[in-house]
Amino acid sequence: MAKFENSDDIKIIVATDCGSTTTKAILIEFTNGEYRLTTRGEAPTTVEAPFEDVTMGVLNAVAELEELSGRKLLDDNGKFISPANGKEGTDVFISTSSAGGGLQMMVAGVVRSMTAESAERAALGAGAIVMDVIASNDKRLPHQQIERIRQLRPDMILLSGGIDGGTTTHVVEIAELISAADPRPRLGSSYKLPVIYAGNKNAAKNVEETLGDKVDLKVVDNLRPVLERENLLPAREEIHELFMEHVMAQAPGYKKLMDWSDAPIMPTPGAVGLIIQTIAEQYGIEALGVDIGGATTDVFSVFRPDGKEAVFNRTVSANLGMSYSISNVFAEATLPKVMRWVPFKMDERDLRNRVKNKMIRPTTIPQSMEELIFEQAIAKEALRLAHIQHKSFATVLKGVQQQRTIADAFEQSSSGSSIVNMMTLDMLIGSGGVLSHAPRRQQSALMMIDAFSPEGLTRLAVDSIFMMPQLGVLTEVQPKAATEVFEKDCLIHLGTCVAPVGVPKKGGPLMKYTIELPTGTVSGTLNHLEMKKFELGLQENGLPQMAKATFEPEKNFDIGAGKGQPLTKELHGGVVGIILDGRGRPFDLSTLSEDDRVKYLKEWMTELDIYPAGKF
Amino acid sequence: MAHAYTPGLKVTDKILIKKDRILPLKGDVLVKVGDKVTPQDIVARTHLPGNVVPLNVANKLSLPPEDLAEVMIKKEGDEIKEGEAIAFKKGFIKWFNADCKATITGTLESISTITGQVLQRGMPIPVEVKAYITGEVTEVIENEGVVIDTYAAFVQGIFGIGGETSGEIVIATPDNLTILSDDLITDDMKGKVVVGGSLVTAKAMDKACKIGVHGIVVGGFDDQDLRDILGYDIGVAITGNEDIVTTLVVTEGFGEIAMAHGTFDLLKANAGKQACMNGATQIRAGVIRPEIIIPKEELSITDAGDGKSEITGIKVGSPIRVIRHPYFGRLGNVTGLPSPLHVLESESKARILEVEFEDGEKAIVPRANVEMIESK
Repeated sequence: MAKFENSDDIKIIVATDCGSTTTKAILIEFTNGEYRLTTRGEAPTTVEAPFEDVTMGVLNAVAELEELSGRKLLDDNGKFISPANGKEGTDVFISTSSAGGGLQMMVAGVVRSMTAESAERAALGAGAIVMDVIASNDKRLPHQQIERIRQLRPDMILLSGGIDGGTTTHVVEIAELISAADPRPRLGSSYKLPVIYAGNKNAAKNVEETLGDKVDLKVVDNLRPVLERENLLPAREEIHELFMEHVMAQAPGYKKLMDWSDAPIMPTPGAVGLIIQTIAEQYGIEALGVDIGGATTDVFSVFRPDGKEAVFNRTVSANLGMSYSISNVFAEATLPKVMRWVPFKMDERDLRNRVKNKMIRPTTIPQSMEELIFEQAIAKEALRLAHIQHKSFATVLKGVQQQRTIADAFEQSSSGSSIVNMMTLDMLIGSGGVLSHAPRRQQSALMMIDAFSPEGLTRLAVDSIFMMPQLGVLTEVQPKAATEVFEKDCLIHLGTCVAPVGVPKKGGPLMKYTIELPTGTVSGTLNHLEMKKFELGLQENGLPQMAKATFEPEKNFDIGAGKGQPLTKELHGGVVGIILDGRGRPFDLSTLSEDDRVKYLKEWMTELDIYPAGKF
Repeated sequence: MAHAYTPGLKVTDKILIKKDRILPLKGDVLVKVGDKVTPQDIVARTHLPGNVVPLNVANKLSLPPEDLAEVMIKKEGDEIKEGEAIAFKKGFIKWFNADCKATITGTLESISTITGQVLQRGMPIPVEVKAYITGEVTEVIENEGVVIDTYAAFVQGIFGIGGETSGEIVIATPDNLTILSDDLITDDMKGKVVVGGSLVTAKAMDKACKIGVHGIVVGGFDDQDLRDILGYDIGVAITGNEDIVTTLVVTEGFGEIAMAHGTFDLLKANAGKQACMNGATQIRAGVIRPEIIIPKEELSITDAGDGKSEITGIKVGSPIRVIRHPYFGRLGNVTGLPSPLHVLESESKARILEVEFEDGEKAIVPRANVEMIESK
């Protein structure tokens, strides 16, 4: 591929994401002074027999780009034409991959809630699926831990433990367990299992003596050098390095794909994390992204707990999904929790069978409105559970002693408290079939509002075609193109949710509002259990229209400026518009009587135009 | 002519089945190419390394870890017996002598002078692989296992629980619609594979387990009953290791749903013959479906297909079954395959097909919600 000294010279970009079933390709072109997505194509992934060469799927997807765009990208030998010249070729080709089950890791540390959790954060942040976390205090007996390590067959292990100058014995003990298990890598038997050591630097030599012969050991800086600070970057970089060297190199066709690519191939979730971090950094906002798939749900977030430094977190809820794992959502959430979102009665035995039938036949789609409403109710619970898991994982560092003042004592914040603050969150981004392909965009908005309970002012958006992975890698090559395409083509801006926080009296007022919409100013009072929607759409370039709004909450309610404090702010529009949510926070449907629950669900669905009239 | 590919489950009266019977670790293969085997024959055997039990000898003897080498009686690789002293520390006087005893029988794996820990490895755990099907060994993979070929009738189910088993086929219901209730399960079904119609009740399943029925094949099963039998909810469809006496294979889905005519008729035609079945199911990448294999020694290579039947896809006239509400479980024939996307009642846009059900009713159904009934 052509090399560019100045990234601004890159005008044509082809990016692919090799998923486990589909390879998706996008073409980005610089026209009229801006980067825009112009074409997308897809083809089945060809990692498994009989093809066993991932590049075939990539070429097929790129061939579709060629057909649709009229731009010749490949030469007669099936190689990329580079650099671009007129209507031919591309300047850059990049790719991500989750084919072959993605990157599967095991992590180990000394204390479960400290070094082991930091190691888990490093692995998840790098885009891995964490198969298990082994720690000295995980309540399993050593032989059980060894048995588990032996069974798992991960792609690699991340071993941490001890702050620098801290415990050596416990770290070496864990290394001894790994040595006794003599683990084998998942793919291929011709190479040793990669193990990254990112623990107490004083124990590195001992760990090397214990493990050196049996595994391919890499030593990097301690990921928790002192209790008060994490240093996850060196471990994450080594994970990516080994992912390329070992895991990708074992997958059929990847050597060729790596040769073609202008940037290292990234695990798909790692790339999604990168774009979310880039956007949060560029706009100085806090963002939370969720990708709900058939088997798993990923949640990514960037928050600024101290108001300055952004902290990134990713969690994978392995068994929360809308097809393969739908039955598990149902089991974990329980039937009453799912059915509370449905404004009519359904037979329990029949429902259980429907859920299981979706699990065994995962590709079916809801044909009737009743099925759609039920499926979206399950999605709300899957998202809610994934959010709870994310909140409990994305915390300030545990085990850190805090100096408290008298004022802090009243706040009840403690070591290990969540940094996920829905009031300060600026943007909530949804992705995955049930959110991206909902027949009405209002449905996606309501699913996210009901599942995440955003507080104050929160922008809502969905990723229309799951382009975030490709844009994530693109940030490494041409960040401007990545953010421009993200804002204008990747996101479908839904609008803004406005939700005052506080426990209301039934029927009482929550706040007064005045919104200066392009069609005229609206004002009024938002009462308890009311939801209101106002149209505020998009500009021609795909970006949201803006409207100045003033909110005057009642004395027990907070809209972002403090209890009872008024707030004036510019609201972002979108294809749905502005949604005022008067249900209060925290909001619990179960506090309503059965008759009220059905009555209000119907009212909200009607006001927000969620489902066609007469169908619920 | 327009057609669409919709996956169906295989149901066939003649096919060549090749089964890999592989050890989890390298070991000994006990049969050779050309040997005839039956389901219970052991074809390969190995020993898994025993469990590792750590013992902190330095702590027990109140020693710094670096002094461990001096007190160890047993060395790395030595055999050890439970209760036998593996380390001995001499005191100033005899009273202060102390030893540390092995907590398991096996070998001494390693001694660490960093942690003071000694790893003891238990006795190897024997693992045997059975033939599972009646057939002939056609390939031996040295130290790993064998490939067994058999010509057989073959039925793929949609979901199952329980592992590999075998038994004589008994048809318990008069047709594919009748529910397999407990009164139809009789004592003489012990050790057999029982075929029912549209559903097996919880009581019938319970009775089958008590009697010792080896397997049940049926059209549908209620999820509530599945949870009651297992004592837990199956969250993801990865099964096969359940601890139950009777392996269950469901051919159509959850709820009361008639077994496809072709499947029922095939099983009925093979009543009295031996069936090998496995409930193991995995609905993820690398999908595994439960199966019933009825080996037929009278078949030869010229009679049997190779299992790679041509995927012809759905055409006008193809028999299909709807696999989602509101027409769940209904059988019919395709009458049209229009190309344009159609807006469903749910307002989703999807490619659809037109179907005429067995009772003459016509309907439009998303292509994603039908399954071709593949039978030959």
